[in-house]
Amino acid sequence: MRVAILQFPGSNCDWDAEHAIGEILGIPAHRVWHKDRLPSETEAVIVPGGFSFGDYLRCGAIARFSPIMKDLHEFSDKGGSVLGICNGFQILCESGLLPGALIRNECLDFRCLNQLVEVENSNHLFNRNSFGDSLVLPIAHGEGNYRADKSVLSSLEENNQILFRYSGNPNGSMNDIAGIRNLLGNVYGMMPHPERAVASHHPSLDGLPVLKAFLEPVLQSRPSEISVS
Amino acid sequence: MTKSSSNSLQPNPDPLLNVEITRDLIEQHGILPEEYEQILDILGREPNLTELGIFSVMWSEHCAYKNTRKLLRLFPTEKKDRDAIGQVLVKAGEENAGVIDVGDGWGVAFKIESHNHPSAIEPFEGAATGVGGIVRDIFTMGARPILLTNSLRFGDIDDPHVKRLFRGVVSGISHYGNCLGIPNMGGDIYFDDCYEGNPLVNALCAGILRHEDIQKGAATGVGNPVYYVGPGTGRDGLGGASFASRELTEESAEDRPAVQKGDPFMEKLLLEACLEMMAIPGLVVGIQDMGAAGLTCSTCETASRGNSGIEIDLDLVPQRETGMNSYEIMLSESQERMLVIVQKGRERELEEVFEKWDLHAAHIGEVKDGDRMVVRHKGVVVADLPAKSLTDEAPVYDQKAIEPLHVEESKKWSPNSIQDLPAEEVENAMIDLLCHPTIASKRWVWQQYDHMVMSGCKIEPGSDAGVVRLSIAGIDKYLAIANDCNNRFCHLDPYKGAQIAFVECMRNLACSGAKALAVTDNLNFGNPNKPEAYFMLKECVKGLADACAFFDVPVVGGNVSLYNENGEGAIDPTPVVSMVGLIERQEHVTKSQVLAEGIDLLLLGGWSEELGGSYYLQTQHGTKEGKVPEVNLESEKRLHDFLIGEINQERIHAAHDVSEGGLLVCLAEMLFGEKRIGASFTISPETFTGRLDALLFGESQGRVVVAVKESNSGDVISSAESKGIPVDLLGQTNNSGVLRLMCNGQEMLSSNLDKLRSVWENAIPDHMEASKN
Repeated sequence: MRVAILQFPGSNCDWDAEHAIGEILGIPAHRVWHKDRLPSETEAVIVPGGFSFGDYLRCGAIARFSPIMKDLHEFSDKGGSVLGICNGFQILCESGLLPGALIRNECLDFRCLNQLVEVENSNHLFNRNSFGDSLVLPIAHGEGNYRADKSVLSSLEENNQILFRYSGNPNGSMNDIAGIRNLLGNVYGMMPHPERAVASHHPSLDGLPVLKAFLEPVLQSRPSEISVS
Repeated sequence: MTKSSSNSLQPNPDPLLNVEITRDLIEQHGILPEEYEQILDILGREPNLTELGIFSVMWSEHCAYKNTRKLLRLFPTEKKDRDAIGQVLVKAGEENAGVIDVGDGWGVAFKIESHNHPSAIEPFEGAATGVGGIVRDIFTMGARPILLTNSLRFGDIDDPHVKRLFRGVVSGISHYGNCLGIPNMGGDIYFDDCYEGNPLVNALCAGILRHEDIQKGAATGVGNPVYYVGPGTGRDGLGGASFASRELTEESAEDRPAVQKGDPFMEKLLLEACLEMMAIPGLVVGIQDMGAAGLTCSTCETASRGNSGIEIDLDLVPQRETGMNSYEIMLSESQERMLVIVQKGRERELEEVFEKWDLHAAHIGEVKDGDRMVVRHKGVVVADLPAKSLTDEAPVYDQKAIEPLHVEESKKWSPNSIQDLPAEEVENAMIDLLCHPTIASKRWVWQQYDHMVMSGCKIEPGSDAGVVRLSIAGIDKYLAIANDCNNRFCHLDPYKGAQIAFVECMRNLACSGAKALAVTDNLNFGNPNKPEAYFMLKECVKGLADACAFFDVPVVGGNVSLYNENGEGAIDPTPVVSMVGLIERQEHVTKSQVLAEGIDLLLLGGWSEELGGSYYLQTQHGTKEGKVPEVNLESEKRLHDFLIGEINQERIHAAHDVSEGGLLVCLAEMLFGEKRIGASFTISPETFTGRLDALLFGESQGRVVVAVKESNSGDVISSAESKGIPVDLLGQTNNSGVLRLMCNGQEMLSSNLDKLRSVWENAIPDHMEASKN
């Protein structure tokens, strides 16, 4: 296995992520149950969307105690690539792998729509050169309102840790933040769903460059074995 | 009669249940005196209270269809053409849901079900558990659920109570479905005063499975263990099935305990665990959802289908409240539970799956020889009944039907009683229609539903049909689904009204490029004991059944919801038709909105001279009367076949059926796409001698507007003409941002499309946001 897709009870975008990575990008991807160990051959981890543990208490607040989180911390501490999408982003924030928190949308309702996001020049993988100035990506969440205290926000801004900003903020996020990375640049989190924008029947194909950018380190490591469409 | 049935049972361990079965008690259980006599005959003794409760739920309308069983036999349940795609694999009534073939060894299980009464009392939980129930019916069949839709009806949106119901129902559906991760493709929503106090919440789920993986709800194999899986049983939803089989009254609010509480997270675990268990070859013998009438229904139905007996011990049933007695445990409608019968000796395989998902799997009984359902509690037999007496021997009634006066009167109505619309009023009339909540954009609703999860959404909600790719099955085919029922037509002429619901639904599928395969219906009506209400039910069923037979589109399941009444009387008859169709190729999936300039718009099906029952009459003249538009099944069929044929030749850019609001509303809706365009239309019907209002806003049937590239226009027109389908070129899209209409040489309309769009888009949000704080 190369890409591990974590499956918590209540995850529901795990199949979508596996489909996008495995079938569309052609990179071996498998789901890993939250009570199991992260396989040693794992090269990248996706924490998918859904309602882990029913989103009870707070989104992601229970998942952070799952057995697999110990391995995930270890994996990311060693520099392994981790991407949290939607509920996965919430889990990464709750577990401290990313700063800040995601609270209920300002409108109080769930929002599912094709969202325009502006691309920020964050690092050599996530930037306007690779993605263009803006992307259209599906969002589907009730608690995507990004919050952080002033010092965290300013360090995110100063260190170019913001990946995307909403154009027409759908949830009240501070600084229109739709996605961030950690300082080191190996842990990514975003509310929009790149895995839902990878095929011709999808609303756009803008998820493809995002997933490819995230998987770039994996692709680089053994490029001969990988066929990327 | 077997030996055990002639003896009375021992006293129940709960002294509260050892009461004399009085006339009052029988009446409170909704059992008629003659029905009680039948129970005495079946048992050869008096039932105890637990048994009376079991009979009351199993013989309720909700479970037994006692007022509708005869009528439902009118529906064709399989295809006459044995070579057509969409053969019925599991017929209506055989299992928890019907299944049809969609080719390549795959089948689709689908069904609609109502949760009207619970939603009237507790809209959020009522609607949420409605979704939960129908999803269980689908995965019980062994299918992976792949889409949800809803058919909703509310009263006047200006009424604060209606707003509360509307908001509650939508958020209940959103809460439950989103958590499960099943795309909700929207559905249909109507607002009409007749639903005041009695909203309709019908939920549909469709799932996909391999033919060989179809599961049965039968308890077979003497000695096979019976398992209870899912969360513990509580006192919630006690007697929900009988509650649903009564009229709502002012006191109904006190029935709140009869409304179940849903936990979508639990359902998601149950869904995944059950599918994982069913994937183990040969493990599962039978499986049944504990929905209406909970443990009672699932045990006697599985035994009855399996021609077996069944015995369970309530001490082994997981419980989340203390001190529950046998009556409560048997009648509880706690959610997210299943009954599973597995092969003896392979119990551990089931238990391991449920341990993984941290769910209860309790071995509560086994399949027995004979025909009895035996229930034990604290060492005592608390119920001992022939299983089939509960499932097959419920009384069947032929109620008296009397045509209500208004039906005959409406046929005599003439539009001459009202003035025609002056040309200068056309724009205002159109705006009034565009902001009627039935016609206005439902984005406020479907934006709250995750319609993109599972990566299959091909057409977002708001088009003529919802379309999902069968990605999860790994095939590049598209399933389309449409719901329909215009209550106004059904109220005025139930037979024709039901047929209009059917043909409109089918037309919606055709507009999306889909060939109709099969129907699931939800019959929402008033109290069948009232002859006028029963007449409406009977006529609607006849109308639907005749349409199904004509088009060879069978009914593979559905639901009946009677007793939908408020203080004012019955709701309008609402036979909701939901139809599933298939599109073989992505290029043939067609939307209703035009996304380019220089596109010709053609009207297929001719001009309207009819005004009866229209939304125009409602918005301009405040009346629900008139002669319902004619339905011609032959010409509908020609139109649908033509549309699909043209779509398959890739000559159609967009298509939208002309329905509520008539031609002008249809045209406006087609121009409300993401791309800002304009259009100029010139209507000069040569033969037209009728009225302007009927021409622009009449709701004559059998009509579709298609958008066609200019270069294809000639071919489409001559092809339509050769098939005898009336076709008229209306005009062309442009970049003006203006909707311009010339009619018989006179300018009727020159409206800014952004303004019209904003009226249409904002109508519902304006109503709802204003009430939020």
